[in-house]
Amino acid sequence: MPTLFSLKSRATHPGKKGIQVSGLLINDISMRFDLPNGGHVQALKNVTLDIKSGELMSVLGPSGCGKTTLLNIVAGFLAPTEGTIELSGDVVTGPSPQRGMVFQQGALFEWMNVRDNVSFGPDMKGVSRAESKENVEHLLEVVGLQDFKEKAIYELSGGMQQRVALARCLANDPDVILMDEPLGALDALTREKMQSLVLDLWKDTGKTIILITHSVEEALLLGERLLVMAPRPGRVHKEYRLPFAELGVGADLREVKKHKDYNSTREEILEMIWNMEEEIMGRTEESA
Amino acid sequence: MTALLVLALYIGAFFGSFYIAKALYKSAFEKKGFNKLKTVTFGDESAITANRVASVISVIAVFWMWVAFTNSSIPLPKFPGPYSGDMTFTYTAELEDGTKDDATVSMRVYREDIQQTLDAEGNPGREPAPAEIEPGDGFAKNDSLTVARYSFKVVNVWQNDDVSKKDGSKIVAINGNPIAPGQEISVPEGTIGLTDKGTPTFEPAVGLRMARLYLPAPEVVLQRFIWLNKEGYQGYTLLEHTWFSLKRVVLGFFIGAIVGIPIGYAMGLTGWARGWFDPIVEFMRPIPPLALIPLIIIWFGIGEVGKVVLLFLAALWIMIIAARSGVSGVAIAKVHAAYSLGASKWQILSKVIVPNSLPDIFTGARVAMGVCWGTVVAAELVAANVGLGKMIVTASKFQLTDIIIVGIIVIGVIGFAIEVGMRALENWLIPWKGKV
Repeated sequence: MPTLFSLKSRATHPGKKGIQVSGLLINDISMRFDLPNGGHVQALKNVTLDIKSGELMSVLGPSGCGKTTLLNIVAGFLAPTEGTIELSGDVVTGPSPQRGMVFQQGALFEWMNVRDNVSFGPDMKGVSRAESKENVEHLLEVVGLQDFKEKAIYELSGGMQQRVALARCLANDPDVILMDEPLGALDALTREKMQSLVLDLWKDTGKTIILITHSVEEALLLGERLLVMAPRPGRVHKEYRLPFAELGVGADLREVKKHKDYNSTREEILEMIWNMEEEIMGRTEESA
Repeated sequence: MTALLVLALYIGAFFGSFYIAKALYKSAFEKKGFNKLKTVTFGDESAITANRVASVISVIAVFWMWVAFTNSSIPLPKFPGPYSGDMTFTYTAELEDGTKDDATVSMRVYREDIQQTLDAEGNPGREPAPAEIEPGDGFAKNDSLTVARYSFKVVNVWQNDDVSKKDGSKIVAINGNPIAPGQEISVPEGTIGLTDKGTPTFEPAVGLRMARLYLPAPEVVLQRFIWLNKEGYQGYTLLEHTWFSLKRVVLGFFIGAIVGIPIGYAMGLTGWARGWFDPIVEFMRPIPPLALIPLIIIWFGIGEVGKVVLLFLAALWIMIIAARSGVSGVAIAKVHAAYSLGASKWQILSKVIVPNSLPDIFTGARVAMGVCWGTVVAAELVAANVGLGKMIVTASKFQLTDIIIVGIIVIGVIGFAIEVGMRALENWLIPWKGKV
């Protein structure tokens, strides 16, 4: 893999004014879904987060804790019933290329080859192919797909498809990258490689990344900041500041897992989520 | 009776050829490639491949049965055919006073399709003349007549006799065997009987083969095919009939697709369009296009416009629904991804929704083409100036079964070609279909 330092980072991006860009502010978000039977679900309640520029935050929680809803609100696909999202001081009202998104799977365009998928963002902006070519080729090299640019999406393995998704997102040079369980459908080995790739990309591009995951290990490894959310109503239960992401950059992740705090933190979080699940089960049984 | 024989033979051929082919051509029954290693294939659909030996035998079997049940000149084993040639039988007439006299009836049985055959010079065949005979002695005189195969002759034996039926001459025996009115006797060449009023009848033996009127032999159909291409029927050659039918289908289908696909997209993309078109689509969709033919004829006459309108209506609803389900089949993640990559609404439509809906649209197009092809033939059967359906229905009025069969084969071949062509186009345009 080539060195990643040649990647454009925000700090050196010529289009941005100033070097310091303020972060993402999630300001007292609440989300309430009305049900057809007259009831409602409180998916999120009073979530407030200040995410610094360049921060890598992983979000963990049992199903129903509203983490995907939170991501969809930040992406601009859903409007919160209360509160606002601000990116660099601008209030988020809808999707925008500033906030790139990487989905679990099935979000690539099968009718285009790998290169066309990656250059989709620049194409939409009206950037000519000649202009975007260099960047697209570079990104393909970064994710290790330089020999696959003419391949059709369905010819790639699941891991390679997610590499395309990452490159496609980066081609737009977004301020924030939102990842909705991007590695959830991959096998364990591929997943580990992809985790390293995500860490390297984070370090080299300096992007703000919010990553949603079901895997406690992944949340520990890919989170400078780790958010554990609790369900009913969806809220932030506990926050961690972790050293593992920093340690994992350019390193063997298996070595990182030998860190003295790694296992204890993992056990603690597992216990926490386990208790939440128990509580949900209990409540469901009571109401049943 | 014949139908049961056909069925029994066909079932017999299915199983019989299996055992014969298995004994003679073992390699065609071996599993190939990875399937060789599978111990379980019964129930594993993916392990089943069509046995091409069976396909070849199947086609040969149908062809052979076609030959076997017709008076074909193809040298394949056939079922016993109808009698043709010259035969004689004698009758014994008795007068009221008890005098008896024998006379001979010469029957010349000729091909029922003699007028449709051509001799070496290309002239149509003629019915043969009766055999030359001597009148003979006694009051009953010898008769000579002709009869076509598969038909029946009432033999007025008295027409040259000295004593007529009215004057008391009646038939009491055939070939020396006593017979009463209403009875019949069998001879190898056919059946001789007496009507209830005592007049002799002769019906040549028919065997098991079908008359040309019911099932012409393969070579007759082939000749008719060549003739139709050269001479044409009802003023148009076969190619022209086919061309007119195809043109209507293609025109109707394309107009239906051009109108239907945008409506389908609109129904998938806006609530107003969905609400607006829903009642119309849901009402019109279950109406078979054939039920619209009478109205179409009243409105547009039997010309081209009516046909194209009918086929347009046949294709329209299918294409609307195909396009609509194509839109609803777009994974929301793709739309979200495109939006967060900066796509506008128009770009979402053109770069995501349209390409993503192509597989559904192609499935719809295949169905629509099939329906249109079936509908055009049916519409031409009802009313048209030209077209394969028109050719068939006119031929049926003149009992030209061979033209009907040529028409049916052409319709089948073209329908098959449309399907194969659409599949090839699909594989070429949508290589990702079914692989995601």
